[in-house]
Amino acid sequence: MADVITYREAVAEGIAREMRRDPSVVCLGEDIGEAGGVFKTTAGLFKEFGRERVWDTPISEQAIVGAAMGAAMTGMRPVAEIMFSDFLACCWDYLANEIPKVRYMTGGQVTVPLVVRTANGGGLGFGAQHSQATENWALTVPGLKIAAPSTPADVIGMMAAAIRSDDPVVFFEHKGLLASKGVPPPPDHVVELGHAAVVREGADVTLVALASMVPVALKAAERLAEEDIGVEVVDLRSLVPLDMATVLASLGRTSRLVTVEENPYQGGWGATLVSVVADEGFALLDAPVRRVAAECVPLPFADVLEEQVIPTVDKVVAAVRSLAAY
Amino acid sequence: MDTAELLALYEQMALIRRTEKAAHDLFLQGLVKGTTHLAAGHEAIAVGASAALLPDDYVFATYRGHHHAMARGATPEECLAELMSRATGLCKAKGGSMHLTKAATNMLGSYAIVGAHLPMAVGAAWSARLRGTGQLAVAFFGDGATNIGSFHEALNLAAVWKLPVLFVCENNLYMEYTRIADVTAVPRPAADRAPAYGIPGEVVDGNDVVAVQEAVARLARRARAGDGPAVLEAETYRHFGHSRADPATYRPAEEVERWLKHDPLDIAHGRLIEAGVPEETVTAADERAQTVVRQAIEAAKSAPPPDPREAFTDVWADGGAAWRT
Ligand SMILES: Cc1ncc(C[n+]2csc(CCOP(=O)(O)OP(=O)(O)O)c2C)c(N)n1
Repeated sequence: MADVITYREAVAEGIAREMRRDPSVVCLGEDIGEAGGVFKTTAGLFKEFGRERVWDTPISEQAIVGAAMGAAMTGMRPVAEIMFSDFLACCWDYLANEIPKVRYMTGGQVTVPLVVRTANGGGLGFGAQHSQATENWALTVPGLKIAAPSTPADVIGMMAAAIRSDDPVVFFEHKGLLASKGVPPPPDHVVELGHAAVVREGADVTLVALASMVPVALKAAERLAEEDIGVEVVDLRSLVPLDMATVLASLGRTSRLVTVEENPYQGGWGATLVSVVADEGFALLDAPVRRVAAECVPLPFADVLEEQVIPTVDKVVAAVRSLAAY
Repeated sequence: MDTAELLALYEQMALIRRTEKAAHDLFLQGLVKGTTHLAAGHEAIAVGASAALLPDDYVFATYRGHHHAMARGATPEECLAELMSRATGLCKAKGGSMHLTKAATNMLGSYAIVGAHLPMAVGAAWSARLRGTGQLAVAFFGDGATNIGSFHEALNLAAVWKLPVLFVCENNLYMEYTRIADVTAVPRPAADRAPAYGIPGEVVDGNDVVAVQEAVARLARRARAGDGPAVLEAETYRHFGHSRADPATYRPAEEVERWLKHDPLDIAHGRLIEAGVPEETVTAADERAQTVVRQAIEAAKSAPPPDPREAFTDVWADGGAAWRT
C-alpha cells in the first residue's frame, strides 16, 4: 500500500477490507458500481467484488434504504449509499421511523446491522440543496449511531466498526475532506465508535470539533499558539455514542470550552454537548462556553457568502481568544 | 385443497375472528389502550396466503396486522397480552397493536407508516437471493398504500432485480375514511399499476380462502422459479371502522350489508359443507377456537405488567440504550 491515502480512497478501502473478510457485506446505491460513485468513494469495488455484491440502484432513496433494512433484518450487512446527505430527507422515514425503532418496538426480536453512507457538508459551492451538514438531523433520533471521521485512517477504522456493528450506523463522509491525505492504517485497523481523539494537546482551552471542523480547529490552534494560547483539540469522531468522558477529562485540564460545528447553531450537536457539561461539569469551568456553528440560513452558493455562514478559522480564533482572556 | 386442510384454515380464521372480537371487547372494557385496527373480514387473505407459503418465508404487514401475526404463528395469548400491555406480550409490550412481530417465524413486523414496509420486503427477498435460500418475501398492505412513493419504488426495484417478492394488496375499498376510488386514477389501485413495472397484477376474491391460497401458491411458484415479483389485489371489506375511533358511518348501508353477507368464514363454511364435512365438525372447530381465545383472555389478564426498567432495554443490539460514554 502507498505511504499516503486520500480520504476518498480510504472510503473504498475501508469497505473493501470488510467485504473481503465478511461475505455478508454488500453495497447498494446510485452509480456506485462500474462508475465507482459520483465522489469515486466506491472506486474499484465493482471490479473486485462483482455485480452480486455491488448493486447499482435506480434513483429511489426510499427503496435503497428500505431494502437495506430488509436485507439487514435477514442476515446481510448492507452498506447503502445516499449520494448527498441532503437526500437523506427523501428517505427520512426509514432513518427516523423504521430503522432505529424496529429493534425496540419488537422487544429486541429484530436487529438491523446496516450502514447508510452519505457525502456531507459544505465548502465546495454546491448550493443550498447539496451542501448541508446534516449530522444533527440524525442526532435527534434515538436508535441511530452516527460516525463522522476526519482522517483517512479514521475513515477505514470507523468503517470497520460501523459495518461490524450490530446496530444501524449513519456514516457521514465529508465532501470537503475527500481530497485530504493521510497515512494508511495497518490491516485490521478498527476505531470503535464512541471514542473521541485528543488530536492536539493544550492547557488553556478545549476545542471540540467533528469531521471538516477538525482541520479548521487545528489551524486555529496553530494560530493561537503564536499568541501563547494552548488549545487542546478533541475530534469527537462519532456523535452516538458521544464520548463525554474524553471531553470532561479535557475540561479538567483546560477549564474552557469551545465547540466548532458545521451544522446550524439551532439544534446543533454542540448544544447537547454543552448541556451535559453544564449539568455534570459546571465546576470544571472557569469561563462561559462558546459555540461556533453555522448560521441558520440555507447554505448560499458564492464562496464569499458561504464563508459568512459556516465556521472559519478566523471565527474559531476569535471565539477562543475571547475565552482565553475571560 | 383437501377438506382437512380447508377445515384447518377455517379454524385458523375462526381463531383470528374471535381474537379480534376479544380485542374489541377488551378495548371497551378499558383493558386495551391506544388504538386497534381490527382485521375482522380480512382473515382469508392472511390465512390463505400463509397456507401457500413455506415456514421460513418472510412476511411484512401493516398496523392492521393482527391476522398476519396470528396466521404466521403468533398465539392469541401473545397478541392479547401485547394489546393489554403485559410483560408476556409478543413484543414485551413495547410494540402494541400496530407493531405485532414474531421474528422466530419470520413474521418480520407490522409497520404503522403507510407503505414503509414494501421496500423492506424487497430487501428481504434480495437477501434471500444473495444467500441462495429460496425464501420468498411477502408484503401485505392496504389499497391506500398504492398512492405512496415507496410502493412505486419497491415495485420497480423488485422488478429490475427480479426478486422473489409478492405484493399482496388488501383492497377494502377505503383508506381511513375516504374511498380509494375517489382519490386514485385507476380502478384497481394495485393490479392496474403492476404492468407499468413489468409485473403481473392479478385480482382475487380476498374473502375466499381457497382462491387466495391458489393465487398466492401460483405466484409464489413463479417467483421462486426466478420469474420475479407479482402483485395480487385481494378484494375484501373490514367489518369494523378503520380504527377504534371510527364508527364507519360514511359507508352506505347496502354496501355494508352486501359485504357482511360475503363473509370469509361463511364462504369457507359453505365450501366445507358442500364437500360433505358434517356441520358438527365445523361447529367443533369453532368451539375449539372459542376455548383457545377464552383461555388467552384469562391468561393475558392475569399476566403482570412489564418491569419499568424495560423502557431502557433493546435500543441497541447489546440490549441497552446508552447514547454516551
Ligand atoms: C405515511 C402515512 N400517512 C398517513 C397515515 C395515517 N393513516 C393510517 S392508516 C391510513 C389509511 C390507510 O389505508 P389503506 O392503505 O387502504 O389500509 P387499511 O387501513 O384500509 O388496511 C392512513 C391515512 C400513516 N399512518 N402513514
